[in-house]
Amino acid sequence: MTVNQISIFLENKYGKLGEVLTLLAQEEIRIIAASISDTSEFGIMRIIVSDPLKAYAILKRENVSVNLSEVLAIVTGSCAGSFADSISFFTRAGISIEYMYCFSAGGKSILFLRASNYEAAREVIRRNNLECLSESALLSL
Amino acid sequence: MEYWKEEIETLSRPALEQLQVRRLQETLARASHSPFYKRMFAKKGIDAGSVRSLDDLKTLPFTTKDDLRNNYPYGFAAIPLKDCVRLHSSSGTTGNPTVVLHSRRDIDEWAEQVARCMYMVGLRDTDVFQNTSGYGMFTGGLGFQYGAERLGALTVPAAAGNTKRQIKFIKDFGTTCLHIIPSYAMRLAEVMHEEGIDSHETRLRVLCIGAEPHSEEQRRRIEQMLGVKAYNCFGMSEMNGPGVAFECTEQNGLHIWEDYVVAEIVDPHTLEPVVDGEVGELVLTTINREAMPLLRYRTRDLTRFLPGSCPCGRTHRRLSRFQGRSDDMIILKGVNLFPVQIETILMQFPELGGNYFITLETVGASDEMLVEVELSELFTDDYSVLQALARDVSRRLRDELLLTPRLKLVARGSLPVQEGKAVRVKDLRKII
Repeated sequence: MTVNQISIFLENKYGKLGEVLTLLAQEEIRIIAASISDTSEFGIMRIIVSDPLKAYAILKRENVSVNLSEVLAIVTGSCAGSFADSISFFTRAGISIEYMYCFSAGGKSILFLRASNYEAAREVIRRNNLECLSESALLSL
Repeated sequence: MEYWKEEIETLSRPALEQLQVRRLQETLARASHSPFYKRMFAKKGIDAGSVRSLDDLKTLPFTTKDDLRNNYPYGFAAIPLKDCVRLHSSSGTTGNPTVVLHSRRDIDEWAEQVARCMYMVGLRDTDVFQNTSGYGMFTGGLGFQYGAERLGALTVPAAAGNTKRQIKFIKDFGTTCLHIIPSYAMRLAEVMHEEGIDSHETRLRVLCIGAEPHSEEQRRRIEQMLGVKAYNCFGMSEMNGPGVAFECTEQNGLHIWEDYVVAEIVDPHTLEPVVDGEVGELVLTTINREAMPLLRYRTRDLTRFLPGSCPCGRTHRRLSRFQGRSDDMIILKGVNLFPVQIETILMQFPELGGNYFITLETVGASDEMLVEVELSELFTDDYSVLQALARDVSRRLRDELLLTPRLKLVARGSLPVQEGKAVRVKDLRKII
């Protein structure tokens, strides 16, 4: 029900982002979605990629500070209010969203989100019939 | 308890002090043949024969590294060069190098001293000893080589660098003991980890670590990472090299071999003896060396005598873990501190890696310290956790140092890799 996400610790230094992206490119790893947030000292880049386990192994081998975790990939519409509707299910169930990023293509959007409680989040998804992608479903889009 | 030379290692204190006085008198007689001491004795009106006790030694002037430099290369030779069989020399990065001369007997006694240390930490002729020190002029190479051969161990003179080759030797030759600089031991452990080699599946069991100040926490981390016992060793080229003082299996202080040196601890500013048990600069007089006696040599290393006797039964006094060199001391905003204090704190956080770097800089009108430390793994992808970690480390540093450094978490592998003696401080301060 969740998909693998790669998080990369990036120093706020010229060229650092490019280095990591080049590493992934050399290994033919496709980036499906990405988000970067930063503080004054460092940033974390979170990415969804075509082969997360391979990407993780490569980055680790190249001594990049990297973390593998899971996020929910929820399909929603791309018209006004779609996001709000999806999120409201979680809010009503008392679940916080720790972070979220998304991509939209065609008539669809995919929300990648980290919830405070995955067990409860799964229950919300089941009860409200939300469409939630597995990794293979995501990759075949 | 097993000893290499029981009679000397467990000699009663009065008998040991008698031996010291006798050897001191012989040393003074020999020293008066060296151009440097001949001049000094004449100038200061010192009668080498008048020293009758260890207290009398305290009336003699100190010898410093500058004296060695200024009398480069042979100004301290107390015997003819034809009777010397080796010299070792420092790199001389900060001026003239220093030279230490050895007679055949000196080399022999040095090997004995190192063998004694190695035996003390449980090494025997059945061990396989791999030396990761540079050979050549650096005394950690040949010093340990001769000692290990004297012990009868199978020696692997791997020399410095090439981490993957070191690991191959450890696996292929069944290395049981490494002589290694602590920062490099951490690096070696990391590379083994990356290569998927479990150190517990090697025969490695003992590390002799020294040549740079390190904290107890760093030692424990090295032991844990490699599944070994690590023993702190102290040496300096002016005092032959490795073997001057060494931990026993108690891992509580380094026995300084008092049949080789007379050790004093003095206040580095007043040069007066400190109260017994207080920290000061170690001052050593060689009493078992022919070619080049040194009298009251200021080592610049800061330590203290540990009180009481050691459960291992050896009577030679113990020095505490070295706290740094008086030259390494950082003075920031009037506060005296040592890099090893910072390391002690950083090593208490498993989230942090072993590599760190200290930069002193002038920001506006004020001097600041920046501590950069590598993350060991990205254990979370949550900012608040990382920021809480940074805050926590800062707070612990402030409590220890009494000033607040700026702490920066950096990615693994982004600080310079330490393969030689670690250089961890850069001073960019402007004098205003």
